[in-house]
Amino acid sequence: MTSHTTTPLEYKTQQSQMNILGFWIFLGAEIVLFSTLFASYFVLEHNIAGGPAGGDIFVLKDVLIETFLLLTSSFTSGLAIHAMRNHDKKGLLIWMIATLLLGAGFLYMEINEFLHFIHEGATIQTSGFTAALFTLLGTHGAHVTFGIVWISLLLVQLVRRGITEKTSSKLFIASLYWHFLDVVWIFIFTFVYLKGMVM
Amino acid sequence: MSLDEFFVTGDPMIFASQIAIGLTMVGLIALITYLKRWKWLWSEWFTTVDHKKIGIMYILAGVLMFFRGGVDGLLMKAQTSRPEMGILDAQHYDEIFTTHGVIMILFMAMPLLIGIMNVVVPLQIGARDVAFPKLNALSFWLFFVAAMLFNISFVIGGSPDAGWTSYFPLAGKEFTPGVGNNYYAISLQIAGIGTLATGINFVVTIIKMRAPGMSWMKMPIFVWTTFITSIIIVAAFPIFTVALLYMTLDRLFGTHFFTVAAGGDPMLWLNLFWLWGHPEVYIVVLPAFGMFSEVIATFARKNLYGYKSMVYAVAGIAFLSMLVWVHHFYTMGNSATVNSIFSLTTMMIAIPTGVKIFNWLFTLRKGRIEFSTSMLWALAFIPCFTIGGVTGVMLAMAAADYQYHNTMFLVAHFHYVLIPGVVFAVFAGLYYWWPKMFGFKLNEKIGKWHFWLFVIGFNLTFMPMFFVGLDGMSRRMYTYAESTGWGAWLGFSAVGSLIMAAGFAALVYNIYWSFRYASRKVGNDPWNARTLEWATASPAPHYNFAKVPEVDRLDDFWYKKKKGETGLKKSDLKPVHMPSNSWTPIVLAAAFGVVGFFLVFEWFTLAIIASVGIVVGLVANTFDYDDGYHIPVDELEEEEREWRGDLK
Amino acid sequence: MSANTSRFPWNLLVGFVLSIALTLLAVFVAFNTDFSKSIILGIIGTLAIFQALIQLFMFMHVTEGKEGIINVVNMIYSVFLALVIVFGSIWVLTSGHASMH
Ligand code: HEM
Ligand SMILES: [Cu+2]
Repeated sequence: MTSHTTTPLEYKTQQSQMNILGFWIFLGAEIVLFSTLFASYFVLEHNIAGGPAGGDIFVLKDVLIETFLLLTSSFTSGLAIHAMRNHDKKGLLIWMIATLLLGAGFLYMEINEFLHFIHEGATIQTSGFTAALFTLLGTHGAHVTFGIVWISLLLVQLVRRGITEKTSSKLFIASLYWHFLDVVWIFIFTFVYLKGMVM
Repeated sequence: MSLDEFFVTGDPMIFASQIAIGLTMVGLIALITYLKRWKWLWSEWFTTVDHKKIGIMYILAGVLMFFRGGVDGLLMKAQTSRPEMGILDAQHYDEIFTTHGVIMILFMAMPLLIGIMNVVVPLQIGARDVAFPKLNALSFWLFFVAAMLFNISFVIGGSPDAGWTSYFPLAGKEFTPGVGNNYYAISLQIAGIGTLATGINFVVTIIKMRAPGMSWMKMPIFVWTTFITSIIIVAAFPIFTVALLYMTLDRLFGTHFFTVAAGGDPMLWLNLFWLWGHPEVYIVVLPAFGMFSEVIATFARKNLYGYKSMVYAVAGIAFLSMLVWVHHFYTMGNSATVNSIFSLTTMMIAIPTGVKIFNWLFTLRKGRIEFSTSMLWALAFIPCFTIGGVTGVMLAMAAADYQYHNTMFLVAHFHYVLIPGVVFAVFAGLYYWWPKMFGFKLNEKIGKWHFWLFVIGFNLTFMPMFFVGLDGMSRRMYTYAESTGWGAWLGFSAVGSLIMAAGFAALVYNIYWSFRYASRKVGNDPWNARTLEWATASPAPHYNFAKVPEVDRLDDFWYKKKKGETGLKKSDLKPVHMPSNSWTPIVLAAAFGVVGFFLVFEWFTLAIIASVGIVVGLVANTFDYDDGYHIPVDELEEEEREWRGDLK
Repeated sequence: MSANTSRFPWNLLVGFVLSIALTLLAVFVAFNTDFSKSIILGIIGTLAIFQALIQLFMFMHVTEGKEGIINVVNMIYSVFLALVIVFGSIWVLTSGHASMH
């Protein structure tokens, strides 16, 4: 912290500081949640019960597109917060909308991917492996969906109220959430997809 | 589904309960309407965000749940009091030990402790409320809705019956087809979300809202234990969330996480359950340690011996608690290395726990001990809990555990840990903080009846269970043959449980008696205590402190009191900012309850329709920009004068 | 907290380019090298951790705010828990004679 005047708006009030801290603690809980999903996936990964294995159903090209969409959206949400700290409402709005569009693109790809899995004979009921796979991916996808709806609602508030102590801290928290989903995806990309295709 | 599948039928006892529940509900509604109390209930309690009121509601619900769980316990004791008894059949016994276990741990211990944390912690750190008051209300209502959902199972649809641990494959659809276990999966999920929110809330409250000058090592010990408990909640509950999600998917959507067929792994459930379950037992026992420490220091009139070592011991216990989960399933067929390592980590927990026991003993040493009822609970706790701890070390040895595992010895062990560790603590805490909540003390004389009946009854009930356990009686046995020779032991045990029940009745009578007759002139500091909650009026005003206290040292209030520095200057008063009441928590929680109910019965269309309620609640919440309100100085002045006399 | 937010957000751009590069590198290591499977897993795992750190420090600014230290401790503790859960579960469930493989 340098001086009072440069404290970003979203940290101004005690309540926003607490909100941000509370959200970090919540992210700690999310790490535990996702690591439980990963742990179960690793335990069940080889229990394919005669159904397809990961290597049989994953398509590198689609996964890479999903990854780039999400990585880019993380970047644009970072730009959005950068704009917010410069009190640039328009920039904030534009970059956040870009983030949402990229997120929606990711979801579209993921839904198609699920349909492809099902088409290949891997439904959530097929085996221990598919149950763990769909639940891990699905939980992440559900988070992305939630994030899209949530950020959209925040943007409505932004348009109505402008960048205030409250809206800025809400948007900042949403951006933390969004980056976090990217982090989770990196691990899914590495330990589900790459590992599944190589091993 | 026909109506007689929906309602549980055919059992006279359950039929009687159905009628009793129906009549009580009608009676309550009629009474509230007659007294014209609906508006008052809604605006003072249902929509409140005041941590003290939320705490009181938790406590009330917890006591009710203790009654329900206790009746379950008595029924089991009656059934096993003689060989070949016919009070409960096997199925009914299964249902009762399951609901007993779940209710005692999740709907009795948790709310009572969280309730006391709610009332006390903000006051002890000199704060006006918790960090997120509305979220706090949501936590409470989620817990409450979940508890109700779980409790209706025995009249609507049927109770869960696979044990509080609900091990697979037994708990799966294949072996337990009814809706009973759906109740387990869904209601614990809802309660768990609320608990996680509580954990986050208290972590932030304690980090950010301490009174000026209260650095980490100047925090009351109960605040420390609450802080660390909250951290364990945040660390452990998400694991249970996932495990319950898998259980729900297996049961409702035919997946294969825990099935034996199609590549499921039933042992994954055990692993996840206890990854959460062991930390959970520390979640319920650590706050209790904190309460005993406060009570012992107050009534020994000394500062807590080894405060810092106490803090490190609690932190050490918390850390180790994440590393011991396998001791619950040594006999599952793990490798010898796995069992040995987990044996070691488990026994290591005895070290910090021992440190705490000695700290309490040294606090007592040469103290001017006052045998108030709350102090009696603390004193009885030490030997009883030590028995629980020592038998725990016996169970911790993997090789020996092959003998003890799943016998009555284990059941006796964990009751010796949980009843002194949680129930005694809650009783100690209730007697101690009662005046701060309600402005009058509980009667000490009836309190002593409560104490002696309960403690004697407790030991009589559970001591014999060690012996039948060592003699080979396994847990969850609904009957046994005369030739086993256990009849006498278990007969004693049943008598003990009746004495314990009489103790509970004494508590209820005490509450009634004190509510009617106890003196209302208790003053702010009836016990001559040490921490900040005693610096403000009893009952604590809704704004807690007219002026936020400043702290120079541990037990600051004690020393300020000695120097006569606890007065309030009129010029120090400033308007106090308060959060407004909100209807979203209760409505949102109710929506969760409705969705949960439909999911239990696998009525998916209805569940989807009802979840619109959740969405609406969340959207309303994010658009809520209510900033609270201010209490003007005149009002503060008036309220403060009422108990302080004139201000300086 | 950065005092001069108005300048060009280099750290974001660098982070973004790095994360794309690390992703491609992981794909390359996985499909176009002859390392043994466990070495490949080790390398791509390390790359993933780097990417996570980039997000955490360059995008999420964990260390910023009054509670910077608390955030860092919180993250370290959560990662510790994650390791216990993942490696603990795998170890417990696959090493005994009850394991199914
Ligand atoms: C009020 C007095 C109590 C009595 C008379 C009582 C009695 C019993 C009995 C008879 C059993 C079943 C033993 C068996 O057949 O396996 C049992 C199980 C259990 N009790 Fe209690 N208990 C009491 C209080 C508590 C408390 C305060 C807690 C926790 C805070 C608790 C937690 C449990 C648990 C977790 C089980 C295991 C349930 C299962 O096997 O799934 N009990 N209790
Ligand atoms: Cu344990």
